[in-house]
Amino acid sequence: MASNIAATDRLAAGVRQDDGSAGRRRSLRQSAEIALFLLPALLLFIVFVLIPLVEAVYYSGFKWNGLEPLTNWIGLGNYQRALDDQFFTGAIAHNVFLLVLSLGVQQPIALALALALSRGFRGRTFMRLVFFTPYVISEATIGVIWLLVLQPNGPLDQILGAVGLGQFIQLWLADRSLVMTTLFVVISWQYFGFSMILYLAGLTQIPHEVREAASIDGANGAQALRYITLPLLGPTIRVAVFLSAIGSLQVFGLVFIMTSGGPFHASDTMVTWMIEQGLTRTALGYGAAMAVILGAIGLVFSLLYQRFVLRRDIEGSVTSFAG
Amino acid sequence: MTTEIRPGSTHTPASRAWRAINRVLFYAILMFVAALVIVPMLYAVLSGFRSTGALAAAPLGLPDPWITSNYTEILTSGSFWQAFGNSALIAILSTILTLVTSSAAAYALARFQFRGRNAVFNLFTLGLLFPLSVAILPLFLLLHTLNLLDNPWGVILPSVAFGLPTSIIILRPFFRSIPSEIEDAAAMDGCTHFGFYWRILLPMSRPALSTIGVLAVVASWNAFLLPLVVLSNPETHTLPLAVRDFNAQYTQDTARVLAFATLSMIPALLFYIAAERQIIAGLGSGAVKG
Repeated sequence: MASNIAATDRLAAGVRQDDGSAGRRRSLRQSAEIALFLLPALLLFIVFVLIPLVEAVYYSGFKWNGLEPLTNWIGLGNYQRALDDQFFTGAIAHNVFLLVLSLGVQQPIALALALALSRGFRGRTFMRLVFFTPYVISEATIGVIWLLVLQPNGPLDQILGAVGLGQFIQLWLADRSLVMTTLFVVISWQYFGFSMILYLAGLTQIPHEVREAASIDGANGAQALRYITLPLLGPTIRVAVFLSAIGSLQVFGLVFIMTSGGPFHASDTMVTWMIEQGLTRTALGYGAAMAVILGAIGLVFSLLYQRFVLRRDIEGSVTSFAG
Repeated sequence: MTTEIRPGSTHTPASRAWRAINRVLFYAILMFVAALVIVPMLYAVLSGFRSTGALAAAPLGLPDPWITSNYTEILTSGSFWQAFGNSALIAILSTILTLVTSSAAAYALARFQFRGRNAVFNLFTLGLLFPLSVAILPLFLLLHTLNLLDNPWGVILPSVAFGLPTSIIILRPFFRSIPSEIEDAAAMDGCTHFGFYWRILLPMSRPALSTIGVLAVVASWNAFLLPLVVLSNPETHTLPLAVRDFNAQYTQDTARVLAFATLSMIPALLFYIAAERQIIAGLGSGAVKG
């Protein structure tokens, strides 16, 4: 491919040698064309992505409500404030809690379901359709439905009572020690299908022959899983784990809808607390500092993960998982 | 995973019994998970057909009688359709703009040689590392300055911009894989670069473009943080924001809230059923392929 481009390039260069002025006109024209193709995307990206990102870093150095002139430079003051803010450090802890449970509980379940669905049986297409459905519904709708399912004496409590588990009924969203676990369950309910789809896609890439060969060599199901399927699924698992971890740091919509970070900050995440401070209380400088910390945590995690975990996978797979 | 069922294994009666038990267990677990997924949604659908009084008295009961007023009142009230229209407008424009800008940029980055090409491409990939939430506060101020708050474009432009890295990364290798002989032949027939892009490259890339388009529709339709920050006037609210508004407005009227939630699910579910293949293939290929 690259050689083809190089060839056309040489061709263009040849044209340029034949007739200097016409060639220059042509290359000027070509530059203009490239600019026309590239500029709309580049401008959008610079204006709405890069500039706000840089501005977040800049604003984070000011004590600022967003209205007055930007004059009150306090250096790292907002960062100091964030580290001293027990609600922000608590929010980080909540994100880490979600991250650990996502990797430890949600991913294994998604993987197990993908392995189950990768077997041929009647109804698997229907099952896959069902399992993925929550992912395509908005977090707002799912949040509202679960809010009502979980309300005291609501349908969930009724079901528990009806099957004789009444003593396990809790204040699912109002109990400070339980609320994050409840939210984790709802988040997993919505997103396990996404990881499952990734695993299924990875499983279809494993040639049947490999598993057949293992079974001919006398490997039982567990052995084939342990020594054949899981190792070959490695790249997919590493990407799915990465996406799940990054997603856990970004949690916002479901929490915002269901608890708004309550009761009394027991379920704040980094983003809900940043939005609360930055927009509701117009502490924009402080909010920006939290955004930068959030971005930095994600960035450091991404770089370390790519350096130490994704490194062994084929080049290119690292840059194409963002779907 | 319980066990693998292997046709080649031994056929003693005991193992056959085991296999039967395994099979039952296998289905039971899957059915249980499916029920966990379906029941909350079904609860919303059915509760929409009940009165809030009946719902409070017996949260798990079936509609008896079936009341359609919750649904019909929402469907005739206008606020649902307004939110639907806002969502549809934003989703359609975001998707078109994503397809046009990302395919044009990917074309330039895939099939032209120019200085700084890799630098530009790397700049776009940098965007993958930073989610919208990191930029949302400055973005709010920027949109305020540009007078785009409470304006659909205030949602469309940033969401397109944040979607560009993924789209370009999916499209560029696709565009590169189209043989240059085709481009040369087109050029000999007098086809301009734009002509090649528009009449040959884009039609040949339909699978990749439909993947990007479908993912853009889903992302836009379900977006919450950006519309929440940009759209404060209720008349400009998208469906996810309208669900939240409705829940706040009718806190006491649970059945009506669930009817609204149900109606807000329907467009997404219809789109999912229609485009299931593209959605799943798109998400899967993004993670597996290089």
